[in-house]
Amino acid sequence: MATETSAVGVAREAEAAPASLLRDFLRRLAKNRLAVASAVVILLAAVAAIFAPALSPYDPNALDLAAQLSPPSAAHPLGTDDLGRDVLSRMLYGARISLSVGFVAVGIAIAIGIVLGGIAGYYGGRLDQFIMWLVDVMLVFPTIFLILAVIAFVGPGLFKIMAIIGLTGWMGTTRLVRAEFLALREREFVAAVRAQGARDARIIFRHILPNAVAPVLVSATFGVAGAILTESALSFLGLGVPPPNATWGSLLSDGKAMIEVAWWLTVFPGLAIFVVSLAYNLLGEGIRDALDPRLRA
Amino acid sequence: MTAYLVRRVLLMIPTLLFITIISFFVMRLAPGDPVQLQTELNPRVSAEARERLIAYHGLDKPIHVAYFIWLKNVLTFDFGRSSAPDGRPVIDKIAERLPITLFINVISFVLVLGLAIPIGILSATRQGSWLDRVTTLYVFVGYAMPSFWLALLLMILFGVRLGWLPISGLHSLDAYRMGAVEYWLDFGKHLVLPVFIGVFGGLAGLSRYARSSMLEVVRQDYVRVARAKGLPEKRVIYRHALRNALLPLLTIFGLSVPGFIGGSVIIESIFAIPGLGQLFYQGVLSRDYNLVMASLVIGAVLTMVGNVLADLSYAVANPQIRLGAKGGD
Repeated sequence: MATETSAVGVAREAEAAPASLLRDFLRRLAKNRLAVASAVVILLAAVAAIFAPALSPYDPNALDLAAQLSPPSAAHPLGTDDLGRDVLSRMLYGARISLSVGFVAVGIAIAIGIVLGGIAGYYGGRLDQFIMWLVDVMLVFPTIFLILAVIAFVGPGLFKIMAIIGLTGWMGTTRLVRAEFLALREREFVAAVRAQGARDARIIFRHILPNAVAPVLVSATFGVAGAILTESALSFLGLGVPPPNATWGSLLSDGKAMIEVAWWLTVFPGLAIFVVSLAYNLLGEGIRDALDPRLRA
Repeated sequence: MTAYLVRRVLLMIPTLLFITIISFFVMRLAPGDPVQLQTELNPRVSAEARERLIAYHGLDKPIHVAYFIWLKNVLTFDFGRSSAPDGRPVIDKIAERLPITLFINVISFVLVLGLAIPIGILSATRQGSWLDRVTTLYVFVGYAMPSFWLALLLMILFGVRLGWLPISGLHSLDAYRMGAVEYWLDFGKHLVLPVFIGVFGGLAGLSRYARSSMLEVVRQDYVRVARAKGLPEKRVIYRHALRNALLPLLTIFGLSVPGFIGGSVIIESIFAIPGLGQLFYQGVLSRDYNLVMASLVIGAVLTMVGNVLADLSYAVANPQIRLGAKGGD
């Protein structure tokens, strides 16, 4: 079955004219069943987060002392916690925090990576050496040590966590963007716009950057998975996003003391973290393959 | 080779300096200084004691002066005293805990390398086989799995339900009464779950690199030549391909060192192992300023040493660097 599809795929690819790069890319991506399934999972998680108020069967913070620690049932599909709060509702609301931490943190990291990597790759020389050295030194710190050390003194908080994860995760993107810029700056179109008198900032952001978007997109996709995992690890250690904002990580952490009497409190939030970060990793992989089929090993 | 070695070691100095700068300024620029942290819970601290603390932490001096005073102390391994009730020098506390963390990490390293290479060879030489598929599946599961979650589940399964393995600490309570064999067996049992969790995450990344590195090498001309001259497949793979495939792996391995060291925070706090990770975590919770700064610096220095070791073994394995030829970069 698998060989058949790919043989047909190769034949089709050979006869199709490259009408549009984007359409070409999307067609290749659509043929990767794992990537499509991952995109669906990611979309579902996003919808669940956005429409949490409408989808939640209960108020996530409503106590129901008559239904403490009830196992999954028709009334509470994922059970309730020790205060009788509905786990499904709490996870739907938790998705909002977990996913937004992932997105904002990656957004920060990518922004820094583009600026520093762009500068390093475009200007080269001393500046490049310095930025790359900074990257190397930052990579020497065990990330979780750095994050925890900062949290110890800054204190936890939703936006602080987003910022800290972002500020400690820009090194990979910086390297990537630099490598792209190094190659692109020698190309004719760059020489052409420069000859027209365009300023550096314009060349960097309007002309070179759009050509370097693809690998950045891939690394951002992987980055979201990483940021969600990091946030959940911090919450697990009790140093993540503070209450009343529940995240998947803090739900898991709250449930761990009761794991023997109420497995659903640990299993479902953990599963959510696992499935969503798996989906982001697989989609990232799919995007990379679709962007450059030669890379597929 | 000597020249390379000397250059590599000399390059550590500016990196080391930068590590201390980042550690110091991250801490110092963060709102909430150590004096405030130590006195905010105790309103009866006298103005005098407060001033003494301010002077002790160098907060009465300009930041660059304070940095150089701190650096001078750090260079003599004086990281100050812990703000915990015992008030011991931070470096003593760390020296006590570090061997355990290093021990567990070295075991994990050896296992990861020992497993990743055969896995990489087998799944690359039998691309598409069931083993290759299982490896690919495992790689993605390993990337996405929250380690603390896996640890919890395994603790419940093997520790509580089945009762096969202990789930906390390094020794049983009655370990002091055991004979030598029994004692080490007990110790080994305590290590199974923590080491497994460390290996599970690290192996995913490395076996993937081992596979793709092997795949790349197998397509090279010199491998085709080796086959064409009639060498047995085993010899082609193990003598000609593997050697070259191992090179990039060493670099990746060096890069994964901080992940291992960072991972010990989570592993040690879950399994109640008295290592550096746990000490650091406790320091973070109690906002033990000197302890956190010292752990941060030492964690980074350990990583740097790991990276340098990886680079040196790379140089030993790669004649281009060893003989000082160009093009090794």
